[in-house]
Amino acid sequence: MSAGSEVRRPSSAVGVGRTRVPLGLAYALMIVFLYLPIGVLFVFSFSTNKNLRFPIQGYTIDWYAQIFQNEQLLTAARNSLVVGFLAATVATGLGLAAGIAVVRFRFAGRGLLLALAGAPLVVPFIMLAVALFLLFNLLDVPRSLVTIAAGHSVIALPYAALILLSRLIGLDPALEDAAMDLGASYPTTLRRIVIPLLGPSLLSAWLTCFIVSFDEVALAVFLAGRDQTFPVFLYGQLRFAQTLPVMIAMAVLLMVGTVALTLVAFAIRSRSE
Amino acid sequence: MLGRRGSLWFLAVPPYLWLIALFLMPLGVVAAISLLPGSGRIDFSGGWPSLNQYQQVLETPAYLRRLGISVGMAFVIAASATILAYPIAYFLAFRARQRATIFLVLLLVPFASSYLLRVMAWKLLLGREGAINWVLTSVGLVKEPVGLLVYSQAAVVITLVYVWIPFAALPIYAALQRVDRSHLEAAADLGAGPWTRFGRITIPLSLPGVLATFFMVFIPTVGEYVTPSLVGGIDGLMYGNLIQDFFTRAGNWPLGSAMAVLMLLAVLILVTLALRLVDLRRVAP
Repeated sequence: MSAGSEVRRPSSAVGVGRTRVPLGLAYALMIVFLYLPIGVLFVFSFSTNKNLRFPIQGYTIDWYAQIFQNEQLLTAARNSLVVGFLAATVATGLGLAAGIAVVRFRFAGRGLLLALAGAPLVVPFIMLAVALFLLFNLLDVPRSLVTIAAGHSVIALPYAALILLSRLIGLDPALEDAAMDLGASYPTTLRRIVIPLLGPSLLSAWLTCFIVSFDEVALAVFLAGRDQTFPVFLYGQLRFAQTLPVMIAMAVLLMVGTVALTLVAFAIRSRSE
Repeated sequence: MLGRRGSLWFLAVPPYLWLIALFLMPLGVVAAISLLPGSGRIDFSGGWPSLNQYQQVLETPAYLRRLGISVGMAFVIAASATILAYPIAYFLAFRARQRATIFLVLLLVPFASSYLLRVMAWKLLLGREGAINWVLTSVGLVKEPVGLLVYSQAAVVITLVYVWIPFAALPIYAALQRVDRSHLEAAADLGAGPWTRFGRITIPLSLPGVLATFFMVFIPTVGEYVTPSLVGGIDGLMYGNLIQDFFTRAGNWPLGSAMAVLMLLAVLILVTLALRLVDLRRVAP
């Protein structure tokens, strides 16, 4: 668009004129672009088609019914819950500790801790996957759900730290001083004052970490032993045409769950801020 | 009773230990194994350290070409996602007003949905008998289904741009929210039009967010292997697929390690160069 399309409006309450770029339309188109593929897959999960082919021949809920007869699928989903729970709990705990240390204290390794807590975000996942794979091999640690959870705790930590840091910065340190003046030890102050105040942010951080882990596949493929998480199982099954419809149905079902969790995490955060 | 200073140990040490044990140490292990002389057993007794693996990678043009292609694809994907996300973030920050939260949630829902599912969705759309071809043929735009849309470099690029857009909007949105509105009003009072204000104030002030977005997409994408393996075919394979292969089928851990280290080095060099080119201190508020 050229400068000729500029409009000068008399200063309104906002005081600033606008260009005529239809940004609302751009946003609407983007939403369509983002939802259309998921929508198509959602509709497809009810089709009788056995292959990824169009047009849709007929509709059925059979695939959803078959989920509950597929023992492997249910086990994989259960494993994902376990891994997500462990990873989110560890990441949130460590993110909280790191957050309090960085916000409330001045110490020699402060900058390094902050950098280290964010660093997993700037290393390609395959690098970390290979690295943890080799470490566990070298230490003779058999690959299992625990090794996946350990890997996920590392990549989820930056999210927990970010969410909790931003909340801790806004927390008045005078509250802690008051508690300590009244005779509470610092651990008691954290337990009785800081953690309750952080409550909603902690829950939101935990849910975010859980979702990060629950959906993660690149790292989990390298760290999974015989017990697979759902994304690992799904990734392995995607090549086999005959199980594809059930897989898609299960993925759609789980997607509804994670989307609901995300909305909860978001609602909690925006209410607490 | 534990004082405040004493508590610091209990707060700082666990995350430190965890990240050293499960982040720094494993990266060190990859580096150590990449310096093994042979491709066989992990044995540090003879001939370690050696640059054999690196020599082999650097002497194999196919590997370096794949690294170049992956960096190029990651650049295109990160740039596209950033450019497409900017107007959306701008809309949320400046135009959406009180509905910004609901619009933001609407944008983020696809990001919370399963990653593999979104990749599968594009396989379904782009396939030879997929949704796009079906629509094209039934509308009569084409007689025969368009040749393979899926299993190409383009399919990988489209899918990953799609996957990253909602995430890309977040740092830009945060940066735009921090743009001081009084600067814009001052510029308007001094006679600057909307485009001048956008070019001279909004863009420079949001540049740190734009750069953050670019790298938050670029870095993971360079090492991507899941999406290429599903929609990339042979043309769309990336460097990450080669690395994965050396740890699974080919079973050559030292060579795979050297390739991973070279990838990380390439990424770090590019990030450093970019940050030097765009002097952050000059644009940061």
